[in-house]
Amino acid sequence: MNSDTPARNTKVMNRFDLTSRLIAKLKNEEAVIGGIGNTNFDLWAAGHRPQNFYMLGSMGLAFPIALGVALAQPNRRVFALEGDGSLLMQLGSLSTIATLAPKNLTMIVMDNGIYQITGAQPTPAAAVADIVAIAVASGLANSAWAADEEDFERLIEQSMSAAGPALIGVRIDDKPGVGTTRRDPVQIRERFMHGMGVREPL
Amino acid sequence: MAVAEEKTSPGTSEKSTSERSTSESSTSEKSWHGIVLQSLKRNDIRLVPYVPDRVLTTLIRNLHADPFFTTFPAAREEEAVGIVSGAWMAGMRGAVLMQTSGFATLANVLASLAVPYQIPLIMFVSERGTLGEFNYGQSLVCRTMRPVLDSLAMEHHTATRLDEFEFIVDRSIKQAIATQAPVALILSPLLTGGKVFDK
Repeated sequence: MNSDTPARNTKVMNRFDLTSRLIAKLKNEEAVIGGIGNTNFDLWAAGHRPQNFYMLGSMGLAFPIALGVALAQPNRRVFALEGDGSLLMQLGSLSTIATLAPKNLTMIVMDNGIYQITGAQPTPAAAVADIVAIAVASGLANSAWAADEEDFERLIEQSMSAAGPALIGVRIDDKPGVGTTRRDPVQIRERFMHGMGVREPL
Repeated sequence: MAVAEEKTSPGTSEKSTSERSTSESSTSEKSWHGIVLQSLKRNDIRLVPYVPDRVLTTLIRNLHADPFFTTFPAAREEEAVGIVSGAWMAGMRGAVLMQTSGFATLANVLASLAVPYQIPLIMFVSERGTLGEFNYGQSLVCRTMRPVLDSLAMEHHTATRLDEFEFIVDRSIKQAIATQAPVALILSPLLTGGKVFDK
């Protein structure tokens, strides 16, 4: 990685800690979409909420799923948590989101430069690419690296009143997720729909 | 694009050129694409992301022209599947438009999202690779489509006739929603005219 890229000036943080900080800020039944693997394991571990959706496959689709939620419910804030490796699978979605420009969507990229869950192999982007620069070049002008935990919380707050979609890049360590999501897709989906107010509990 | 509009369904082939072009640009229930548009509307399906295909040109243009719909291109078909899946879980119905080769990229998202989460994913697939295909690659890709659908026990229909089309589309949409199961509606060249020129 080029020594003057912004990522170099950011603190290496922890996924579970950052996810917990995000969840602690949510007071208005905001939707949170967790990408596959550690990203949704830590979302689960931070405390289940009916407005959380946990992916069990379809790597790279956290942002597209969140876009769909944001379009369907423009008055609800939607957060999406995605890993850097997952995002590399679906970089085109950044341009789609930039074009549609939902102002209620906040995207968070957990960037450790590795596929932690498969044995910590480096991603092809790890040594050469800057995820936030890619987002900006894809049309998401409101994209930034969080310098530290305090800056992350500030960027979260800022995104909630932004005029367009926001993307926050965070550098994280190589720790695995703290919990393990209960892998019951129908229950996950049904609870999420309750959380979104489109279904009554059975 | 103008060339594509010359391709029309067999049901309108007796019309003069000028009448045909009027018919093609309207949302008449007499054309296959008019039936798709009206059936989507009747079933309150508002969100229609797509990856384009030449056969779908008129349908895509008419969807854009109708403020009822939120329609836009996605970079990949699985991205579009993710978008309509999220929207449906949040109360907005959607459908995805694509070509056969686009469907061929979907096995992962169908098997890990649409089917296990019981999401009524509605797909319209313009069928390339058969009945006059000129690109060998397309014809091979086409052969992977129905085996993938069958391997997941997914509902799918191949629409070949205009007189049956509205019934197939309307009933399939309603069944997908009622049973919370995905459906693929394959638009045969017999219905759409297909793409028969090698450029």
